[in-house]
Amino acid sequence: MPISIFTLFLILPLASFIFQLSIGKRIGRNSHWVSLSFIFVTLCIALGNLFSEISHHSDEHASNLVFNWIDLGTFKIEHGFQLDSLSAIMLVVVSLVSFLVHLYSTEYMKGDPRYTRYFGFLGLFTFSMNGIVLADNLIMMYVFWELVGLSSYLLIGFWFEKDSAANASKKAFLTNRVGDIGMFLGIMTIYFFTASLGSATLSFDGITALFQSSFSSFTPADITIVTIAGVLIFCGAIGKSAQFPLNIWLPDAMEGPTPVSALIHAATMVAAGVYMTVRIFPFLTPQALEVVAVVGAVTAFGAAIIAITQKDIKKVLAYSTVSQLGYMVMALGVGAYQAGFFHLTTHAMFKACLFLCSGSVIHAMHHALHHLNDHKTDPQDMSNMGGMRNKMPITYASMLIATLAIAGVPLFSGFLSKDMILAGTLAYYHAHHGWTIILPIAGFGAAVITAFYMFRLIYLTFHGEPARKDVYDQIHESPLPMAFPLMLLAGLSLAFSFTFNLNPMDSHGWFTHLISEGINVVGLNMSQVIDGIHHAHHDAMIISLTVAGIGIGLAAIFYLYKLVNVEKLAGVLNFFGLYNLSYNKFYIDEIYDAILYRPFMWFCNLFSWIDWDLYDQKFIDFWGWFTLKISDGAGYSDYNWLDQKLVDGFGKITNKFGQGLKVTQSGIIQNYLLGGVIGFVTIFIIFKAF
Amino acid sequence: MDNLSTYLIISAILFSLGIYGVMTRRNAVAILMGIELILNSANLNFVAFNRFSGMEKLEGQVFSIFVIVLAAAEAAIALAIIINLYKNLNTVDVDEADSLKG
Repeated sequence: MPISIFTLFLILPLASFIFQLSIGKRIGRNSHWVSLSFIFVTLCIALGNLFSEISHHSDEHASNLVFNWIDLGTFKIEHGFQLDSLSAIMLVVVSLVSFLVHLYSTEYMKGDPRYTRYFGFLGLFTFSMNGIVLADNLIMMYVFWELVGLSSYLLIGFWFEKDSAANASKKAFLTNRVGDIGMFLGIMTIYFFTASLGSATLSFDGITALFQSSFSSFTPADITIVTIAGVLIFCGAIGKSAQFPLNIWLPDAMEGPTPVSALIHAATMVAAGVYMTVRIFPFLTPQALEVVAVVGAVTAFGAAIIAITQKDIKKVLAYSTVSQLGYMVMALGVGAYQAGFFHLTTHAMFKACLFLCSGSVIHAMHHALHHLNDHKTDPQDMSNMGGMRNKMPITYASMLIATLAIAGVPLFSGFLSKDMILAGTLAYYHAHHGWTIILPIAGFGAAVITAFYMFRLIYLTFHGEPARKDVYDQIHESPLPMAFPLMLLAGLSLAFSFTFNLNPMDSHGWFTHLISEGINVVGLNMSQVIDGIHHAHHDAMIISLTVAGIGIGLAAIFYLYKLVNVEKLAGVLNFFGLYNLSYNKFYIDEIYDAILYRPFMWFCNLFSWIDWDLYDQKFIDFWGWFTLKISDGAGYSDYNWLDQKLVDGFGKITNKFGQGLKVTQSGIIQNYLLGGVIGFVTIFIIFKAF
Repeated sequence: MDNLSTYLIISAILFSLGIYGVMTRRNAVAILMGIELILNSANLNFVAFNRFSGMEKLEGQVFSIFVIVLAAAEAAIALAIIINLYKNLNTVDVDEADSLKG
């Protein structure tokens, strides 16, 4: 395909954004057809590109330069498109989920007063996300990285009348900034390091090629710099992909509309961090990858534990997303490059499906509650649901398929990708021993918990007796624009979609052919890693099947058959504080509140006190007072002395003299003459005398 | 008696009489007459100095003729002023004409 076609990936969504914000409002509800058709064209191009990539697959990177962005002689930044199988797949994922979310939103957002603005923001997001996917260098990626941050901010705070939504958008934005600062520092480090090697470059291929040729001459200090640079850039992914310890924003981001949660906070934007890590993978040193793996493991396991106790259906899914992102990051950390990207793709499909299903349930709940004039009950609380499978069969079936996928059950896509990741962690342990045992433990532990909490969600929502009979009677299945994306995404959650292979245990298919095993040019022996994964594959599959079964079985015992009194169990666990620990999300928000927010506010108040009470009120106001007094004195002396005494004095003296002299002007001519004669005589006498 | 000082003494007497007249008289016409006396005392001096200083030419006499002409013009103007004064104030008493008094 000609390069110019790829600019459409940026132009069309941007055009949709501009259209919706400029004239969309005048057209009203029907303006969504413009956005829908634009995104549909994007999707068609992306699919065409993917098929051509599959049919003429080559390992060569076809990176085409588009334009010089900054050219200052030695300092030069070029923006280009990186067109390879990674971007081909990501473009399809982004365009497909974006299109389905557009379609779904036409029904979900019906009647919203800012309907067209919503579609505009979706366009802005799609534009920015495609920019990240296509970027061939770190700076261009960073620019679009910030743009997705902006669109995420706008969409989380879309219902900004709600304080919680406005706060969540700020929280997301600020938390992401923390990671992005690290990322920018990392980009600068890379720039100066490559400059010191003789050719400053920021493009992924350029850095990889440069490091490949000069790695043999790296000193230990150089390797440390590359490690630090890698970890710093990865900080961006920690923020964007909500990894521990910056995971706090993602659950709050659920304040946005549910389709937005599906698009941005489940399928695409949060995966951008993983995608970026995939891009920089070739030059992440083994030490940096160790950090990546540990961050991923902590996130995967911790978030899964939190998800067990959440009552809000979207919060469960949010923590599930954090946990699955942790999986992907952990996969990259242990060198399972292909597995990480595979999980990104499969996760995008089943998690988008889960979110859209939850949106469908919330939508139905919302309408039912609205119909009953009940505005107090939370439509997202699972304890108000139950038994909805009879009322919403399409939603139930789709959600069940996606849940089976995320739980890692064979025949479904999540099984394949998760299995590869777990094999990667096992292989990593086999290769390194020691503390690295925590990686497979976290991986398998999170797998049990994932299966457990996902089936807890299914059982609480769709099975059992309805918690509110009156609400239950009002529940209806969602209309076709909402149901169609669910069915399509559920179809894409089947393993078959990724392999075209009827053997559910075999992950070989078009996807694994298209995505290489990955390369690493800074010291990681990829062929060894791949061999290790290959050997661990069999064990990993058996263990993961077992743990998925345990998780689903436990959930069934607790919530479907109710053999164990869950509340009593929670009480027992809470004896050790465990239940509350999970329910309150490990108190991470509270810890940040205590160690960051409160000291910060204390300092702010202190400086405010210094500035206002001390500096302003005392010092500045003193000068004001002082100036006033000086002015008073000056005014007094000016008026009373200068004006009244000196200036008026001259007037008065002149007046007095005039008064005195006017006597001589008698008007009698003889007097004047007498004066003249006397004067003459006087002069005469004086001259005669001397 | 035919010497310079006799003429100068007569001239001085004439001048003093003129000044006296100008300064004491209230009548504008009398003041004018005083001025004529002063002018004529000057004429006498001109002629006397010319006669006794042994000068060939008659500059003193010529000057005195100029003064006489001047006096005639002066008298004409002064009389015109006096007539106007009389028209306005209905008197020729100069003490009455004191509108410039400060």
